[in-house]
Amino acid sequence: MTNQINWEFPQALEDEAIYILRETVAQFEKPVLLFSGGKDSITLVRLAQKAFYPGKIPFSLLHVDTGHNFPETIAFRDWLVNTLGLDIIVRNVQDSIDQGKVQEETGKYASRNALQTVTLLDAIEEGKFDACIGGARRDEEKARAKERIFSVRDEFGQWNAKMQRPELFDILNGKINIGENVRVFPISNWTELDVWNYIVREKLEIPSIYFSHEREIIERDGLYWPYSSFLNTTADEVPFRQKVRFRTVGDMTCTAAVLSEADKLEDIIAEIMEAKISERGARIDDKRSEAAMEKRKQAGYF
Amino acid sequence: MEVLRIATSGSVDDGKSTLIGRLLYDTNSIPQDKMEALHAASKRKGLDFTDLSLLTDGLVAEREQGITIDVAHIYFSTPTRKYIIADTPGHIEYTRNMVTGASNAQVSLILIDARKGIVEQTHRHFFIANLLRIPYLVVCVNKMDLVDYSEARFNQIVEDFQVMLDNASFKGQEVKFIPISSLYGENVASRNGTISWYQGDTLLEYLEQVSFDHEDNQHPARFPIQSVIRPRTTEYHDFRGFAGKVVSGHFNVGDEVVSLPSGQKSKIKTIEQFEKQLTVAHARESVVITLEDEIDSSRGNMLVKTTEVPQQLKEVSANICWMDQQKLTNGKTYLLQHGVNRVKAKVQQIQYITDVTNHLQKADKTEMGLNDIGKVSIKTAAPIFADAYQNNPANGAFILIDEFNNTTVAVGFID
Repeated sequence: MTNQINWEFPQALEDEAIYILRETVAQFEKPVLLFSGGKDSITLVRLAQKAFYPGKIPFSLLHVDTGHNFPETIAFRDWLVNTLGLDIIVRNVQDSIDQGKVQEETGKYASRNALQTVTLLDAIEEGKFDACIGGARRDEEKARAKERIFSVRDEFGQWNAKMQRPELFDILNGKINIGENVRVFPISNWTELDVWNYIVREKLEIPSIYFSHEREIIERDGLYWPYSSFLNTTADEVPFRQKVRFRTVGDMTCTAAVLSEADKLEDIIAEIMEAKISERGARIDDKRSEAAMEKRKQAGYF
Repeated sequence: MEVLRIATSGSVDDGKSTLIGRLLYDTNSIPQDKMEALHAASKRKGLDFTDLSLLTDGLVAEREQGITIDVAHIYFSTPTRKYIIADTPGHIEYTRNMVTGASNAQVSLILIDARKGIVEQTHRHFFIANLLRIPYLVVCVNKMDLVDYSEARFNQIVEDFQVMLDNASFKGQEVKFIPISSLYGENVASRNGTISWYQGDTLLEYLEQVSFDHEDNQHPARFPIQSVIRPRTTEYHDFRGFAGKVVSGHFNVGDEVVSLPSGQKSKIKTIEQFEKQLTVAHARESVVITLEDEIDSSRGNMLVKTTEVPQQLKEVSANICWMDQQKLTNGKTYLLQHGVNRVKAKVQQIQYITDVTNHLQKADKTEMGLNDIGKVSIKTAAPIFADAYQNNPANGAFILIDEFNNTTVAVGFID
């Protein structure tokens, strides 16, 4: 049933996302767009461009750089910002480590994924941002499936799943108390496939690691890990070269590759429709426990 | 590609989450890794079958208690359309979450346990679906396997349900009854042949052919202004556009419009969607409208056609559903948000509270508690430009916000 390709992007999703972005700018004093360099945040940038055209995008991008990003992602970020003339704020997890606020994980599964929450919360406080626009989608993960479009976080960035405000029709209540902020999810109702169809329709550029390329990888726990200086490997984990691509863009230490020959958007979409593994199935950070995402969200993660 | 939004509701243990799991499973929408996680989680719980409900109960507290607490949104597609399911709790204390999930739905899916028949929750769910005027109702009589697939039992439940329909205030809903077994997948996405006396559509077949009445397009044209776009760049020095979403009806270039509340009139010069120039904007489209004349309009104002001006209300009579722990008391002020327009409002009187199980109205109430539904009179500090919910739902609902803790405390449907 899902094997038949339907290329048509549901226009209702774009209209809804633009409406949400306009509400965000109207209801908050200082919104910011959380930019990771992945396809979802690239989609958000496009939507923001459309929502305020012919005006400029009325907020900055904020990138929390873990220092473990794919170099291709950083190059893409800089290219996009320059081409579209966007404002961007970059905050580094390394600084939080240097300040002693967080501690680097050790062992072969060490990643900076959990550490970035602290850097993010500091950046929100420093910038006095009352709304952080993010590209999370409800289809990604079952805790995300429960989240509102305007999701209120307390002073510590925490999400209280049991006390969420009711959200009715398309009426968005962005009123918050001092110290609180709101995470805004304009593409809540999009699926992975919707995002890809949108990228095709809008002819958007994306980082090269989404396309098939040859790279050094190691095999661990049945997943293909990108080999890099950030990854702690054991003696028997020998890197080898393989044609792969990435389905999501996270850190090099927590994003697994998929074997793929898809080097065109059309092939990527066809591959996703055939895929037996979910998008976040290649996210090692989600595999820590059944409630991994819910726990991270409670702590202020995106 | 069209998007069909469905709200599911059922009472505890009538197999709602299993039904959704079944829909996803039978449309190949569950990836292998999620399926494996499901097998493993079911095993850990000591079950000898794969518990499809674990797929949708996303919170730790839900999995612990085996119940749904909050609305979960679930997505699947067929070659025909994209589906969004709002899976809502059945527990009485989470009724507000049910209203939340139902508010955007075109189809309400009500589940009934074939052994138990219509229970209190069924009344509540139906009342809300009817109050919200959801156009399509699918009543799935589930667990048919536990009543020996009895046709007589099914017919009895249909008959009982008919009594509820006869007493409903809104008679315009299309209602479909389907006997199913979500555990075995009978009549969900396919037929196993165990219910040979039923020749009608399976649930999925029915959903695939539900026709979209683009009713919102037939209603009067309403364009609430979200913001004014004034780039002030060299290229767009004099550009002044009104950004917003058409909530109902449609606007054409050249239409004569009036801005509320100022009453100033002008004509639509352009309708823009990014770099595209449109000749018409339909319901639910996000666009930018420019006018021939410079008129005074800003966020919260509304553009309407001069031929279809809505009422400007300062006194509102409405059904509301109370959604907060703190009770509503007569005479308290709140913020009323109608679309993107926010005004101060005072609840002057609680006319009555409705018992949703028997439709009886209890008057002389001075407060309303969590999950109560009733009729109130509200006075606003400035006019709102609304239609009666029954004439134009897209422009007939509002929320109440507590001024002190900023939370959403009620949803209202204007008379």
